[in-house]
Amino acid sequence: MLTEFGKAFIFLLLGVIFVVLGLFGAWIFRPHRPYPEKNATYECGEEPVGSAWIRLNVRFYVIALVFLIFDVEVAVLFPWALVYRQFGLFGFLEMAVFLVILFVGYAYVWIKGDLDWDKPKPEISVIKRTIVTAIGMDSKHVFVDDDEMVE
Amino acid sequence: MEIIQKLFANELIVSILLSLLPLVFIIAYALVVLYTEMKVAAHIQDRVAYMRTGWHGLLQPIADMLKLLQKEDIIPDKADKLLFRLAPIIAFVGTYAAYAVLPFSSIYIGSNINLGAFFLVAVGSLVVVGILMAGWASNNKWSLFGGVRSAAQMISYEIPTAIAIIIVVMITGSLNLQDVTKFQDGGIGNWVVFGGPSPWLQKLMLMPFTIITFFILFVSSIAEVNRTPFDLPEAESELVQGFNTEYSGMRFAMFYLSEYANLFTVSAVGIALFLGGWSSPFGTFMSGPVWGIFWFVAKAYIFVLVQIWVRWTLPRLRVDQLMYVSWKVLTPWLFVCLLSVGLILVL
Repeated sequence: MLTEFGKAFIFLLLGVIFVVLGLFGAWIFRPHRPYPEKNATYECGEEPVGSAWIRLNVRFYVIALVFLIFDVEVAVLFPWALVYRQFGLFGFLEMAVFLVILFVGYAYVWIKGDLDWDKPKPEISVIKRTIVTAIGMDSKHVFVDDDEMVE
Repeated sequence: MEIIQKLFANELIVSILLSLLPLVFIIAYALVVLYTEMKVAAHIQDRVAYMRTGWHGLLQPIADMLKLLQKEDIIPDKADKLLFRLAPIIAFVGTYAAYAVLPFSSIYIGSNINLGAFFLVAVGSLVVVGILMAGWASNNKWSLFGGVRSAAQMISYEIPTAIAIIIVVMITGSLNLQDVTKFQDGGIGNWVVFGGPSPWLQKLMLMPFTIITFFILFVSSIAEVNRTPFDLPEAESELVQGFNTEYSGMRFAMFYLSEYANLFTVSAVGIALFLGGWSSPFGTFMSGPVWGIFWFVAKAYIFVLVQIWVRWTLPRLRVDQLMYVSWKVLTPWLFVCLLSVGLILVL
């Protein structure tokens, strides 16, 4: 007896089999002539410098953590959404409380600046600088970055 | 003859054969969409693209496929060989598993599980794992950056996608895409994007929110498949090819196929959730199981065409803009939509 989930599993298996068969088919036709230069890591034609397994920007981890919180929340919302029409107003209020709590965390992350990525510094155009110097304003007060202003 | 009859009596063999249909479809569709993409791109840029292989270059996708089949498969010496070999398999499996829950017609759905939409979100994440694995295993700086960027982007845009799906689930009350489609059957007015088959007042109130949700799903589905304007993981000018720099031959072809198959998946999900899936826009006119396949593929194909059009029209976003769009624009708007739709439904 094959359940519907069994059929979904067949799809997973077929995906694996297709790729393996495809690679095997190509293995029959393709040439096999490796040599050290060909198997070297590609780095724009230069000899590669060091390993690529380096430390990454910590922002990626922060994004991953924020994603985790929201993903769990989404997983909780799915069953709620499914029976939403049967629950009525009670269900709505219940989830509103949950979302408000989540929203506090979201606001915290937003204000703390974890959702911002590094921005390129806006360049001050020559014309603008000339004008400001000409009218004698202190350029420091005119051209502060948004981030600097908070500090 | 008896053997064939016996084979078709076996439930397992029948369901394996039925599961093979989407695979045949993917390969045929990939050839068509590759050709379309190149031609559309060329005409947008005032070129003509393929002209030499067959009539107006119609045989070019097949020539490309044959060429990829003959290419040498290079695994760099410094790569993590096991993960390098595993990555294309995982990426493709994640892509193909999603086809199990796409309702191609009222009589055909690979696996009629009652968790369809949830299953889609789950196996969609498998593609991220494959890409991240490929980027890491290559031991190449471009690949690593491409892979990590891709993962950050795909997980960021998975939240808007999932919440958009939740909004539809709230309206339709089912996670099964077949049921979601049946809910919208009976003409263009019943589509969820226009508020679904509700009383007219409720429909009118739902409509602005469902249209916003549909638009957000469209934007985030482009990001999910890593295409311009969200193609930072593959930014040719800065990252060479991103996570698949080191891949060649058939392994590269698998990533490529999985990318185009994903393009169809997100389009199919979009139309099954919002635009009535296989149901005819004219009510009972031109409807039925066979017309169902036609409508499903035609609608999804229009969706794919729009994505191709967007790709060759808009420039690439910057990384900070990408994160800004996902976390500070799409997600808050979807929460507004979620609460509003919830309130309208209970009132």
